[in-house]
Amino acid sequence: MGLRPSVTACFREGAMRRGWPRSMLLYGLGLPALLFFGLPMLVLVFRAAEGLSGSALKAPLVRQAMALTMGTSLATTGLAALLGTPLAYLLARRTFPGKALVETLVELPIVIPPVAGGVILLLTFGRRGLLGPALEAVGVTLSFTPQGVVMAQLFIAAPFYIRGARLGFLTVSRELEEAAAVDGASPWGVLWHVTLPLAFPGLFSGLVLCWARAIGEFGATYLFAGNLPGRTQTMPLAILTAMESDLRAALALTVLLAFFSAAVLVGLRGLLAEQEGAFLQ
Amino acid sequence: MRRGIWVSLWLMAGCLSPLRSPAAGPVEVWVFAAASLREPFQELAQRFEAQHPGVRVRLNLGASSALRTQLMQGAQADLFASADEKNMEEIVRAGLVAEGPYIFATNRPVLIVPADNPARISQLADLARPGVRIALPGPEVPIGAYARTILQRASQDPAYGPDFAERVLRNVVSEEANVKAAFARVALGEADAAFVYRTDVGPADREKVRVVEIPEAFNVVARYPIALLKGARHPTAARAFMALVRSPEGQGILQRWGFGPP
Repeated sequence: MGLRPSVTACFREGAMRRGWPRSMLLYGLGLPALLFFGLPMLVLVFRAAEGLSGSALKAPLVRQAMALTMGTSLATTGLAALLGTPLAYLLARRTFPGKALVETLVELPIVIPPVAGGVILLLTFGRRGLLGPALEAVGVTLSFTPQGVVMAQLFIAAPFYIRGARLGFLTVSRELEEAAAVDGASPWGVLWHVTLPLAFPGLFSGLVLCWARAIGEFGATYLFAGNLPGRTQTMPLAILTAMESDLRAALALTVLLAFFSAAVLVGLRGLLAEQEGAFLQ
Repeated sequence: MRRGIWVSLWLMAGCLSPLRSPAAGPVEVWVFAAASLREPFQELAQRFEAQHPGVRVRLNLGASSALRTQLMQGAQADLFASADEKNMEEIVRAGLVAEGPYIFATNRPVLIVPADNPARISQLADLARPGVRIALPGPEVPIGAYARTILQRASQDPAYGPDFAERVLRNVVSEEANVKAAFARVALGEADAAFVYRTDVGPADREKVRVVEIPEAFNVVARYPIALLKGARHPTAARAFMALVRSPEGQGILQRWGFGPP
């Protein structure tokens, strides 16, 4: 991080030395990719008004999907924080046999196609899955329920939090923690007053990414929890249904999800820039 | 693997040169067909390809409503075969049809339950029992619309009660994308019952699912129309495939898979 200013300076110098024809060429070569990503977003901005008009937003399909998506994704984020933080701390602070395996296991859902994740969840927690009969015997059914939606989201999204939290814990210097302990802080005191505040940017950005990923979850949810309005039909699933029945509702949901994602990205970049600024001062 | 690499290079070149002239490759007839037509249309495609060397039949199978949406969004196809007349009518109304539609087959909805029948369903009336888990596509999908018609008809019968349809629909645990997806939910044992077509239950499925008949008085006849689309790239070959589907030979194949005559 401390290298940043000198790197920027080098870059600026280089650009001046090489002169502008070369940088024009570079801009020109970058343009096709920019158009590819920029044009669809521009289209969405122009059609946003249509999608966000009152009647489309009031469609029951849209309202139910929004409420359910908020409820399930926040539950997922809370559970990820609750269950993921100890594991992230463990991975950042301890070495133990099989640690590499644990790290791989925890990050695997990031690269597994979500639909495949849904199959795996069905094989494990489905009615005919490994744990299904036992769960059913105690009266717990997960497939086709909102709890099933949360499980699917947790499986796909929690790894994003665990990864961010682990990196957050890694940035906290052990010397600081030891100094606090020498000054008489209890282990919990060190964790609460030193480690967690310093790791907070990592924890928080991980949590936001986890939340955003949970909101967008489709494949695992569809396979494991099914698609029922008001019960398991989150916004991405509602888009699929609406494409066949009510295009305006599909557009409204698309606009909402795209704007939400943009807000998350801009917010996170702002947070990270602020952090970097504080660091450089 | 090596084929995959060639395909990826070809696609990269294709994406980067959208202005090239249409490829003079093999003639491909794209058929958008209702999911319930999977097996007979696969056989018909094989038969057609054997009779017309150099022509390939490509099937895009899905809910008729999903295919209709794809076509209205500009998907390129030669033929559309729907499991109901409603989705075909919308395609006609959108001005996408060049010839047809012709009804070429009929089908009957049935109920299926997992082979071990965990919810102990032996008749239509059992679907209203609380706690039964039903997989059913939405009303825009043909089987979803047919099922709702059947339930409405049963609700007219005092033996079932006026709120019968409502009580059954309350037991729906998932609105599946199409009839084959609903079938899979029951075959996997995740759902207790589903409405499918008689033709969906093949000989190989008998060990996974059991059929429960729907009372004749309430049941409907599903009518399958096929049409040649205006956007067809190969109208002559497409017309020939449509002719095969409607010929005695094609009808024989459809009926061997359990479909009724038009």
